[in-house]
This record gives sequence, structure tokens and C-alpha cells, in this order.
Amino acid sequence: MALTVRIQKRYGDFRLDVDLSAETGRALALLGASGCGKSVTLKCIAGIDRPDRGRIELDGRVLFDSGAGIDLPPQRRRVGFLFQNYALFPHMTVERNVAVCLGRLDKRRRQARTAELLALLHLEGQAALYPRQLSGGQQQRAALARILAAEPRVLLLDEPFSALDSFLKWQLEQELREVLDRFPGPVVWVSHDRGEVFRNCPRVCVLDAGRSSPVMDMAELMSNPGTVGAARLSGCKNFAALRPGPAPGLVEVPAWGLTLQVSAPWREGLTTLGLRAHHLHPAEAGEANAFPCQIVRVTEDTSAVLAALRPDAASPGAPLLWMELPKEHWAALPDRDRLLAAVRPEDLMLLE
Amino acid sequence: MDWFPLYNSVRIAAVSTALVFFLGIFAAHWIAKAPRLVKGVLDVVLTLPLVLPPTVVGWLLLLALGPRRPLGAWVQAAFGLRLTMTWQSAIFAAVAVSFPLMYRTARGAFESFDGTLAQAGRALGLSNFYIFWRVQMPICRQGILAGTVLAFARALGEYGATSMLAGYTPGRTATVSTTVYQLWRTGQDALALRWVLVNLGISAAVLLAVNLLERKEGRSWP
Repeated sequence: MALTVRIQKRYGDFRLDVDLSAETGRALALLGASGCGKSVTLKCIAGIDRPDRGRIELDGRVLFDSGAGIDLPPQRRRVGFLFQNYALFPHMTVERNVAVCLGRLDKRRRQARTAELLALLHLEGQAALYPRQLSGGQQQRAALARILAAEPRVLLLDEPFSALDSFLKWQLEQELREVLDRFPGPVVWVSHDRGEVFRNCPRVCVLDAGRSSPVMDMAELMSNPGTVGAARLSGCKNFAALRPGPAPGLVEVPAWGLTLQVSAPWREGLTTLGLRAHHLHPAEAGEANAFPCQIVRVTEDTSAVLAALRPDAASPGAPLLWMELPKEHWAALPDRDRLLAAVRPEDLMLLE
Repeated sequence: MDWFPLYNSVRIAAVSTALVFFLGIFAAHWIAKAPRLVKGVLDVVLTLPLVLPPTVVGWLLLLALGPRRPLGAWVQAAFGLRLTMTWQSAIFAAVAVSFPLMYRTARGAFESFDGTLAQAGRALGLSNFYIFWRVQMPICRQGILAGTVLAFARALGEYGATSMLAGYTPGRTATVSTTVYQLWRTGQDALALRWVLVNLGISAAVLLAVNLLERKEGRSWP
């Protein structure tokens, strides 16, 4: 079972151009900054919004095809949409919210199925409550129960945790995972939180200013994101312009005054070097790609220390290099002003 | 005391409120989705009767419905029905002046309705009819109810356009408000006062009923 989407839409100056596919069993993350078109993409798939051009197919059923003039109403698409605010009907109890989506069943079967879904989502005790009496997590589960009642063929999750306090997220993520693992269709999970999707989605499509990157494995996004936009969304903090070095396997970074060994081959179109903060570390004796730096600024995070470095050979105005070290490694440093930093050649990301 | 004016006022207000209820809701629903220019123009046109003097509304209605005007003459010729000077004529007047109240309060309620609820309902396979009547309307019920009551109260108290369209014929077209004027004009102050008290009583009762109703319903979904 698969969902394929190839759509274009214009909003004034904003252009949405998305090409993605998702299959059962391998949740697809749609990762992008806010305002990049993620929610609109989901709404186009659900039929709530309408693309200008393109085609949307679910399990071989055409949901939308501008060329053939096909545009199924949302009611006939069988797309499960988990809204950011869950969109529970506030004037109906939890039980009623689920039951109204089971209108196709007779009364007895409807009651039985409602009870079954509420049990599945651990909401037996909340059946008679109204949405506003529920916690954020319970609201999310009620919304999921309601969606499952409609028996969708695909699940779309729009920032499922944006309405929740972060300390609740961990537990709820596990619960949502349970539902997703059992769901017999593709799942698209929209988020701007790379940690959230890294933990839960094996596949990822990066949406940058309305344009989608090819769908790739999550591991590949981390090791070889390909573009600056994707690298930034994957959490990379250090970027600088790049040019080929004097020999194969070398690149030059003029801003930092560095010539670095890389393991990836040079190719046309490369413009930028990406360097993850946690890949930068105090150099071991004799390590390649080592360069002396001044430590300009230090920020302590909950579990790590972030240090801003200026390479000695850096040109004026060059961006600082962020290094992330576990606290105990930082504590073990002999000197807090100067550092010989290094990065392994295979950790350097060459980007377009 | 002849109670006909009260009976007449209530039936006129009831019929016109029933009409205005649906007209106002559908106008509000449609216009909410219309393009901006259409919305702006229609909004002005539909709200005008609220700010125009009722006599101007009455004059305009007579322009359309009067017995020597095309529409009035045609209805008279085709169906033998007079559109003016009957108790039903007052319905036209009541609808025209109370419609903007229903329309504007319904529109305000619909505008504050969270559109994602309708979107969610559609994605869940619920019909647009169900979503409108069973989701949107109950959630907007306070605004709708307020609009209905205001429209009813306005229709009940309508004087200017009514007196021009339906006139004052005791036992046929007399309403509470035209009766009060007639009694005052003919110096029957004691009787006029009685009708004034009746009017005050009805209005207060209607408003009180709504307040109680809203408080009771307000408890049902927190």
C-alpha cells in the first residue's frame, strides 16, 4: 500500500512543489521549518485544500489528477488527518466523537466498535467526558480513536505534539508509536522537530521553502543530507562556502582559512561545507584535519557544552564554529581559551 | 380589552422570525465563503435595513409590492392576492427590518467557528449537511440564538414599515405597536399604558428565557 503525491500550488509569491511517496510500515517524516508548506501539503492530500496541478494516488486509487479532472471530496478519500489542535467536536463527549464516525454501522455494532476503539486507546474512563475535560495526551488519543473509526487508508499527522508540554511528549510518543505500528497503511508525519521524527520515522522528505527533496532514509539525512536546507533541518550548525582543494580528496574553506581532507568525492554543484557541532572535537595527537582555534564563547546546555571557536586562520567576519562536547569532556580540557580542534574526514558534509 | 393586536403581533413576529432564521443563516453561510468584493457589497446591501429609517424601508417595500407596482399588480392579477394592507403584509416589513440582526449575529458566530472542525469532519467522512447542522450550528448556537431572539424582538416591536405596508385596521392588521400609537393619538392613555406594559412583559420574558436557556446549556459541555 502506498501514497504518491506530486503536486504544485501557488500562493502569491509562494510556490509549493512537492514530490513524495510513502509506503506501509515505513513512516515518512515531512520535515521543514514553519511556513514551508508542510501543512498545506497534508491538506492537499486530504482534499481540504486544492493543488493547482498534479496527481495524488493512494493504493492505486486516484484522489486528485488535474489532467484528468479528478478531485475526490475529502469524504471519499479515506485519509485520516490528525490536526495540530486535534479538532475534536467540543459539544460531544469522547464516546460520541468516535461514534459519529461509525454511522455506517447499526446501533449495536456501533456501540461495540466505539467501546473497542476507546479501549484500544486507553480511554475507557473518559468516554463520558467532553474534550475540554481531557488532558492534551487524552485529547490526542481521542482524536486518533475517532480517526481509526473512519477506517482511513493513510494517516497524516500534522505536528502531533506541538500542542503539548514537552515533558509529556516522551510518554505520548511511545503511545502514538503503538498506534502507528499497528496501522495497516502509509503514515506521513509532519514536523519541524528533527529529534521527534528521527526517533519515529525511518524515511524522510525535507521541505525547504515549498520545494521537496527526494525521499531518503533518515540515516542518510544525518550522514549525507545533500543540500544546505536539509542539513540545517537535520540540526547541522556550521556552514561555510567551499571550493575544490589543490589535490583530490582536499577542499578549501576560505572563510576559516582551512584546507581539509574529505572522504566524499568532489562533484559539480557543491557550494557549501556542513560540519555538525558534535563532530568537532579536541584533536588527538597526530590527527588529520586539526587546526588551532580560540574559544570565543561558551554556552552550557542540559547535557552538553557548546563552545564557539574562531580558527586562527579565519578571515575577519567569518562565522564562528560551534563545537558540542559532553560536559565531562569539557571539564577535562586543560585550557579554556585555546584549543586544537579536529574533525574526521568522513564527518564532513559536502552540500549543494 | 381586545387581545387581537397581541395575537397579530405574535403571529407576524413568529412567521417572520422563522423565515429570517433560515434566510439569515444561509446568507451568513454563503457570504462567509464568497470572494471579498462580493462579500463587501452584499454585506452593505443586507445590513442597510438595520440603519435605514423603517419608513424608508416601508417606502421601498411599497415600491415593489404596492398594488399599482409591477410585482404587486402581477400577484394581484395572477393569484388575486393583495400584498399590502393585510396582516401578512406586515411579515414583509418584519422580515426586512429583522433580517440584518439575524444575518450579522449568525455571521459573527460563523466567523469565530474553528474551521478545522469542519475540515476534520469532512476528512472523517461526515456529510457537509451533518457538519453544518450537527457540528457548526450547535457550536455557534449562542450567536444563532441571540440573533433569533433579537430578530423576534425587533419583529414584535416593528412599527414604521408595518404601518406603511399593513396600515392600522382594528381586528385585521392592528399590532401592539400600531395600537399603542393609535390609542395615544386618540387620547386613550389608560389603554395605551396597558399595551405598553404587555409589550414590556413579553420582551422581558423573552430575554429572561434566553438567559436561563443559555446558562443551562452552558453547563452541558464545559
